[in-house]
Amino acid sequence: MLSFLFKVKISAMSKRKSKESSSANGECISQVQRILRERFCHHHATGKPFGIEHQYRHLLELLKRTTVHGESNSALIIGPRGSGKTMLLNHVLKELMEIKQIRENLLEVHLNGLLQTNDKVALKEITRQLHLENVVGDKVFGSFAENLAFLLEALRKGDRTSSCPVLFILDEFDLFVHHKNQTLLYNLFDISQSAQTPVTVIGLTCRQDILELLEKRVKSRFSHRQIYLMNSFDFKQYIKIFKEQLSLPAEFLDESFAQKWNNNVQMLALSNVTVHHPLITASDLHEASKQYRMDSKANIVHGLSVLEICLIIAMKHLNDVYEGEPFNFQMVYNEFQKFMQRKAHCMYNFEKPVVMKAFEHLLQLELVKPIERPSVRAQREYLLMKLLLDNNQIMDALQAYPNCPTDVKQWATSSLSWL
Amino acid sequence: MPNLEHPAYPAATLLRLESLVPCRESQVSMLLSIFGERQQFTFPSIFIYGHTSSGKTYVMQTLLNTLQLPHVFVNCVEYFTSRLLLEEILIQLQNCSFETKHASHVLCDTFNDFVRMFKQAVTSQDLQDQTLYIVLDRAEQLREMEANILPAFLRLQELTDRNVTVVLLSEIVWELFRPSTGCFEPFTLYFPDYSIGHLQKILSHNHPPEYSADFYAAYINILLGVFYMVCRDLKELQHLAALNFSKYCEPVVRGEANERDTRKLWKNIEPHLKKAMQTVYLREISSSQWERLQRDDGEPGQLKGLSAHAHVELPYYSKFLLIAAYLASYNPVRTDKRFFLKHHGKIKKTNFMKKHEKTSNHLLGPKPFPLDRLLAILYSIVDNRVAPTANIFSQITSLVTLQLLSLVGHNDQLDGPRYKCTVSLDFIRAIARFFSLLHLKEGQSIGP
Repeated sequence: MLSFLFKVKISAMSKRKSKESSSANGECISQVQRILRERFCHHHATGKPFGIEHQYRHLLELLKRTTVHGESNSALIIGPRGSGKTMLLNHVLKELMEIKQIRENLLEVHLNGLLQTNDKVALKEITRQLHLENVVGDKVFGSFAENLAFLLEALRKGDRTSSCPVLFILDEFDLFVHHKNQTLLYNLFDISQSAQTPVTVIGLTCRQDILELLEKRVKSRFSHRQIYLMNSFDFKQYIKIFKEQLSLPAEFLDESFAQKWNNNVQMLALSNVTVHHPLITASDLHEASKQYRMDSKANIVHGLSVLEICLIIAMKHLNDVYEGEPFNFQMVYNEFQKFMQRKAHCMYNFEKPVVMKAFEHLLQLELVKPIERPSVRAQREYLLMKLLLDNNQIMDALQAYPNCPTDVKQWATSSLSWL
Repeated sequence: MPNLEHPAYPAATLLRLESLVPCRESQVSMLLSIFGERQQFTFPSIFIYGHTSSGKTYVMQTLLNTLQLPHVFVNCVEYFTSRLLLEEILIQLQNCSFETKHASHVLCDTFNDFVRMFKQAVTSQDLQDQTLYIVLDRAEQLREMEANILPAFLRLQELTDRNVTVVLLSEIVWELFRPSTGCFEPFTLYFPDYSIGHLQKILSHNHPPEYSADFYAAYINILLGVFYMVCRDLKELQHLAALNFSKYCEPVVRGEANERDTRKLWKNIEPHLKKAMQTVYLREISSSQWERLQRDDGEPGQLKGLSAHAHVELPYYSKFLLIAAYLASYNPVRTDKRFFLKHHGKIKKTNFMKKHEKTSNHLLGPKPFPLDRLLAILYSIVDNRVAPTANIFSQITSLVTLQLLSLVGHNDQLDGPRYKCTVSLDFIRAIARFFSLLHLKEGQSIGP
């Protein structure tokens, strides 16, 4: 939801700039752009969390216990995409770093499931982030566990008797679950339960069934501490967020402009209630949200040639008669020929290879998909396919299609009593 | 028509840009407003989709080159594995900077290495304050690579913590890209297809200087009239326009008509365009062959397209074998008795057959048949006695090698091989024309 908000705002904002440039200073506008763009596009680093104070405090407590008191822990932050998991974690870390003792002691290792696609790579990355490449050198280890234990020992052999706390952050946690034997997860959770080094493992994931994906031995070593981020804002909170996000900060240079801008935002927030009716004050937002909600497949159908539209209508009729059974090109061509013989006056009777080329264009656009892989054994015309559009989409697209010949339209809406 | 204006870029450059991208001004102005100023952050990823030849690649390249924004442009079909793709991006990055004099070879296996090397490459250059654009053309190929490549590219700004934007260009809609567990959603931008007015405007743009613009516009009008219903692809239409223009001008060159004699010009060019639709449009013959044909003014009958070469001269018994195979594939087994025996009875239609009568065999494709059936039909259609010698069997094997028949199932099947006939009715008709005697029998069996 937050990502929708941010997309709508940035597109509305980009347009507004050109309208206001005459009335306000150009420099001002560029500053506004810069601040708001930083806030929206770079928001994983600087955004402000709303509505998650409870989770924030929970996580802060947890991390404080590791870093200050030397306790080992593990936790999972679970929430749908865009609910602010990374943002929450970054905020907590920022606050922790303000404490001198933690800043000098805490070691962070950031792992991401998209980047470290297997455990070997993950181990090398851990070595690199702990700056222990020289220490490891060319040693060969028997197992993953040995390697990890060696790394943690090496941390201790520094200049202190008790070792620094290590924080392992695993982004896209659900991807680590698919590695072979879940070795990395097993070992990390293992040391978080047993080792002398204070280790905390925090996983971030969007899958709510993540616990079912863990192996039994991994699950038993996990502390089952879960922090959920299910943002369910009601409309009033939504408006409040909207106001906060778009307002300029207090230390903005041109005060009068900042005042004007913030007032405008207040007004917009109030008129936000009517954003679903096309009012002039909110037209920018409305336009942007309309663009966001476009049906992309309808757009593609809009650009097809008349022959290709006829083929789609033929496929629609086949789906209606045979109740969604897959069809092949020969059947579609047959249907098309029936139309040409009985009803079409405006269309020239195209040869079969020309129709085949139009059909292959539809295949290329993935509006039609074969059920099985094409093989050398089967001829192209007899390969079974399915249409990836449903009837409503086709009829809506036909309404919007420019210069559609009338008999094609009539054919589309006719029932098949004349078959 | 809206003028492109943006405070960050000089007006002269924008004017030049506008002249290079006709009919795409609104998309360009949208892109400009999204990009913002050079050093400002923009969306981490942008997804641009639109029809074939709707100008996505061209507009992106023109925009980035004209405004001289630092960018890397990679085609995912050319660099079809993740390793090739990532290495190419890093190599182009080296070329982006003015500091590295020579391109050293990079070794990049995984996305992890890529992120590390990317961070190094960007910090070591003067790109630090500008947004770097990575444009991936034909982005639908990313789905065929490892599963982490697409989501990782969408988040590249977050993963590398640098000012970089990834732009994906594709014909396929975003819904077919989205991974099952979701990903960072890019900003989607649609490039609408060109309307017929736009096509006319763009095609008339590059008219040869010897003729007037009106003359060329009339030609484009005729061309669109013939081809618009079939194809709205700008590249194809440009190709056809270029190929056929000399033929169109012929009457004017020969002095038979002047530029405004539209009816004469139309009568001259129309059969030619129809012929073009069956040959050059389908790539049956190459464009050089087409031009040669036009110059020699040869008869269209001499045109040997690619599909004409599919007709092979077969030995005597192979022809019969192929016809027998076609009959075996397309006639159901129960009708064999009726067609091929001298004294046959009537076949009673059961309920099952009545229900499924609508789906003709010709629509569903050829059915497999065992070798015995093939031989049985062969014996009945050939007049003289045919001995089942090795000659016959080897001809069957050569038909399989020619891919006129195909083997169904395993080679080591104990029950005997099963085949399927993979030629069309037109091919069979061409063969059968040699056997006037059999033509009667053809008419019976192939009927409904």
